[in-house]
Amino acid sequence: MTRFPYNETVLEHFKHPHNVGELEDADGKAVEGSPACGDMVSVTIKVNAESRVIEDIKFQSYGCASNIATGSIITDLAKGRTIDEAKKITWKQASDELGGLPPVKAHCSVLAVEGLRAAVRDYEERHGLVTERVPTTVDVLKKRLRHVMDPLHGLDIVRTDLVKDVTFMDGVVRIVVDLDDSHQFAQVIRTDIKEKIEPLWDVERVEVEFTG
Amino acid sequence: MFGETTYLDNSATTRLDERVLEAMKPYFFETYAVATSEFGYSLGIEAREALDAARGAVAQRIGAAADEIVFTSGSTESSNMALKGVALALGEKKGRHIVTTAIEDFPVLNTARTLERQGFTVTYLPVDGDGLLDAEAVRAAITPETILVSVQHANQEIGTVQDVEAVGRIAREQGVVFHSDATHTFARVPLDVRQGSPDLVTLSAHTIHGPRGVGALYVRPGTPLKKWMDGGFQERDLRAGVEDVPGAVGFAEAVRLVTAEETAALQAMRDRVIDRLLAEVPHVTLNGHRRRRTPHNANLTFHYVEGESITLQLDMRGFAVSTGSACFSKSLEASHVILGIGGDHERAHGSVRFTFGRFNTMEDADRVVESIAEVVERLRAISPLAPKD
Repeated sequence: MTRFPYNETVLEHFKHPHNVGELEDADGKAVEGSPACGDMVSVTIKVNAESRVIEDIKFQSYGCASNIATGSIITDLAKGRTIDEAKKITWKQASDELGGLPPVKAHCSVLAVEGLRAAVRDYEERHGLVTERVPTTVDVLKKRLRHVMDPLHGLDIVRTDLVKDVTFMDGVVRIVVDLDDSHQFAQVIRTDIKEKIEPLWDVERVEVEFTG
Repeated sequence: MFGETTYLDNSATTRLDERVLEAMKPYFFETYAVATSEFGYSLGIEAREALDAARGAVAQRIGAAADEIVFTSGSTESSNMALKGVALALGEKKGRHIVTTAIEDFPVLNTARTLERQGFTVTYLPVDGDGLLDAEAVRAAITPETILVSVQHANQEIGTVQDVEAVGRIAREQGVVFHSDATHTFARVPLDVRQGSPDLVTLSAHTIHGPRGVGALYVRPGTPLKKWMDGGFQERDLRAGVEDVPGAVGFAEAVRLVTAEETAALQAMRDRVIDRLLAEVPHVTLNGHRRRRTPHNANLTFHYVEGESITLQLDMRGFAVSTGSACFSKSLEASHVILGIGGDHERAHGSVRFTFGRFNTMEDADRVVESIAEVVERLRAISPLAPKD
């Protein structure tokens, strides 16, 4: 008997992903890439100007099976929802809908969720729906760190208590991670943290330190 | 081919040859005693004789004498023993500098990193785009503090075979101990220690259809090497622990079964896969040297698609292969070998390694080419990077 590393639902979405492609007359679009794992996802959306409902959505993936399957499920979940509802779809929901993903793969599939959020943000920016820029605080940073996955547990690094300290001063973010720097996942976590924090408009530099 | 799977991951491990198992059996059930000294009981003496005969058969393949082979639990232990053993022997006396390459396999690479933490300095020499090391770079890296040069015979992922004779000549001239990890070449690519190099060689059984958990370290007489793992006085007091007599016998049998004809057949499969993929699939790059590579290794990058998606799709079609993609690795890091030959994450991301073994046929090579061509086309159809043509 053949045993695959994913459940049947994931495999089905991987083999026959839904909503694949690129909308030519998209109202919002985004390409999210992760230098940490190398995956990339593009999302295009068509939004009803009155109701703000996502009427059509398509994605493309340059990624692994988790990434492709999450792209497929997330576009299913977003279709027919308003942009505000779509923004709230979490990785957890996508993963549950897929019947669970291996913890080590959380990291590759979060990207699809971010692709959707970025496409909505792009739509909002183009349509003047963006509120003013919020200054970065430790709380904002912690919220962002909730998108960095701990591959050991498949949960974010804040929840698994890996983040020991977060400070922000004069444009410099300093994050202390409770891991030895020779740990199997230390480098991938460092890259992920930088990738999530660096885009903040008032952050100039991100320093990630390991306790070990 | 066995059952439903066409196994093309023979550098990871191989299927045991039944003849190896048959050779091992008597040493589990009949001559099962510990290998004793010549003054022990008869069952132990018989075990000792079998162990020494196995030692001779393994030694012969690299032109060594029987008593220059130390049996270990595999290539990981052999390389730990070589690096840590030389570090223990010379760290205080001579110096604390080691020279190696950036593309070594983890037993050497991570042992070197551990030694760095203990105060040693390590130079990781870069290789060129084909994975070849310039032997002269070794000469330039050696300082009066250098105690060891460790350069693999061939690479685990891209198969590039290094000129260990040239490296060995330089190490010898400079009076530095030379270790080479020959896990992926042993019995298939000639290496003769009588030619003057190397002083320490890591060998493995399970890459040539022998048992897992069995390896050896060739130790040239007079090489400064301290025992790094404490215990009994086995293996000329170089390696503690009850000797694995059936394992050693199996290793020797595995070595005997590797023939030049078989290796030539593997090379023909390798060439078929490389030539056909380069000719038939667009946007493909060969990783590693075209000619100076292990006879059973083909490694290619399929641009614009990700390796784990390829391997899973191939698995669904009955093929087992591996990839250098970060998504496939235990540390979620892209292959340090592909990055080491100047590739970027993208080149590692879509890299696929096919490694052939005794139980493969030319038909397997042709079938995997056809399957992967189809899989790559499907995955490119959903990739945001693939050129639309």
